[in-house]
Amino acid sequence: MPACAKQIGTEPYLFNRALSLFSATHVSYRFAGTEAVHDVSLELESGDIFGLVGSDGAGKSTLLRMAATMLKPAAGKITIDGLDTVSDRGKIKSLIGYMPQRFGLYQDLTVEENIDFFMDIFGIYGAERKARKALYLGFSNLLPFTDRPAGKLSGGMKQKLGLACVLVHEPRLLILDEPTNGVDPVSRQEFWEILGRMREKGMTILVSTAYLDEGERCDRIGLMHRGKLLQTATPAEIRCGFPNLEEAIIAKIMEVDRNLAQRAFNVEKLPQ
Amino acid sequence: MNSTIDIGKEAIIVERLEKRFGDFTAVAGISFSVSKGEIFGFLGANGSGKSTTIRMLCGLIAPTSGEASVVGYDIVTQTEEIKQAIGYMSQKFSLYEDLTPFENIRFYLGIYSVPEKEWAQRISWVLETTQLTAERNRLTRELPPGLRQRLALGCSLLHRPQILFLDEPTSGVDPLSRRHFWDFIRQLAAEGITVFVTTHYMDEAGNCGRIVLINEGKIVASGSPDEIIRGACPEKPDANLNDAFIKLIKQE
Repeated sequence: MPACAKQIGTEPYLFNRALSLFSATHVSYRFAGTEAVHDVSLELESGDIFGLVGSDGAGKSTLLRMAATMLKPAAGKITIDGLDTVSDRGKIKSLIGYMPQRFGLYQDLTVEENIDFFMDIFGIYGAERKARKALYLGFSNLLPFTDRPAGKLSGGMKQKLGLACVLVHEPRLLILDEPTNGVDPVSRQEFWEILGRMREKGMTILVSTAYLDEGERCDRIGLMHRGKLLQTATPAEIRCGFPNLEEAIIAKIMEVDRNLAQRAFNVEKLPQ
Repeated sequence: MNSTIDIGKEAIIVERLEKRFGDFTAVAGISFSVSKGEIFGFLGANGSGKSTTIRMLCGLIAPTSGEASVVGYDIVTQTEEIKQAIGYMSQKFSLYEDLTPFENIRFYLGIYSVPEKEWAQRISWVLETTQLTAERNRLTRELPPGLRQRLALGCSLLHRPQILFLDEPTSGVDPLSRRHFWDFIRQLAAEGITVFVTTHYMDEAGNCGRIVLINEGKIVASGSPDEIIRGACPEKPDANLNDAFIKLIKQE
């Protein structure tokens, strides 16, 4: 076990190697007077799975929305493959795949019609269209269900279809906002197996999650709390000195936020 | 159900319970029981029949065949009694987003027919227990998921139920909120409240004394978390509940 050198603090991960696919530099965002994201700097190595973890309202979704060009940073800048998310927004669209928390599948359309819709948007036709449909629906174990309306799929299948839809244009950067909420263990494992395969193909993946067993599957993790990126490190580094990643994350959040730490239920008030 | 049930010990008794929707069998004749004061985990994949079973046990839909009792009340003939005896909280939290926590609590007091003279005391009890007094007049939709979850749980306890049904109560809730939530659930169970919970998160299922795992409407494993792990993965000493779940569902 290496010594636990890393301490809590604003510690932007400075990526030294040649390729940085994603770069956020001193990024902030404000919602109605509160700073949802505060001075976040982050570099993602090409081909990494980077997990964003932290408490509710930490700013994870806001950061992901800015990365996906849906929101403009109030300060700082984000580049993807060297392109600016604000000034080069149009060019970036084809480089990224973004699956928000409430992903808009067409509930009345079938599995196949949904994936066709996304291929139409990105102009994928002919042999390539057929090949990609087979590949991504195959990855997702959805080939037996191509005629089923999306609205009739189970929660886990819906999420896998959503993933297939944002993969068909083979983006360089995949942005997923808590994609496995409410998904059962088998589907979650399948979902992460797909992410592993895409990573092997060189895709960079930026994913937020509330579940630390998923955090373990990331190459690096960023811990966010109240708009700030507290730490970025490998799961092993963050876990160091704690029984597991969840204990580590909870301890680190409680360390910087005593109010939240004390916000347990008040069991003294239980009725007799 | 007849009156031979040992209400002193069993909070829920399910016998050959079945629910069909047309040709589709959602729940295929399952039997199990839940002891009073137990934290009982009801696990299964998406679409395995968990929610259908819970709806039957809460008296919301009638079974096609079989029978069940909840705190001694028959789930077909005594649904009104059951509704007064149980608390229910789902992943969607069933809160009015445009109302404040205070107004949501008052609404549920009315739903549960709590006598009005007790309202003030119950309202302050729920706000204090859930530590939402400071947020009592904010709009519910403005609260973060962890606090909405607290409010939903508080509302489900307002009428002092003997059994609490929790259907994926922690979906999308952050790690610290989940920790606080489970600490409280264990406390409730220690006070004698029976907790019937579904979750997709196997680290949380480790909080359960006993678990039943269902797949395609049938029970595929039951026992303590340790028993389930050892039964499913005898060759793997470091296996966890997640490994056991995946193995049991996939071999079906």
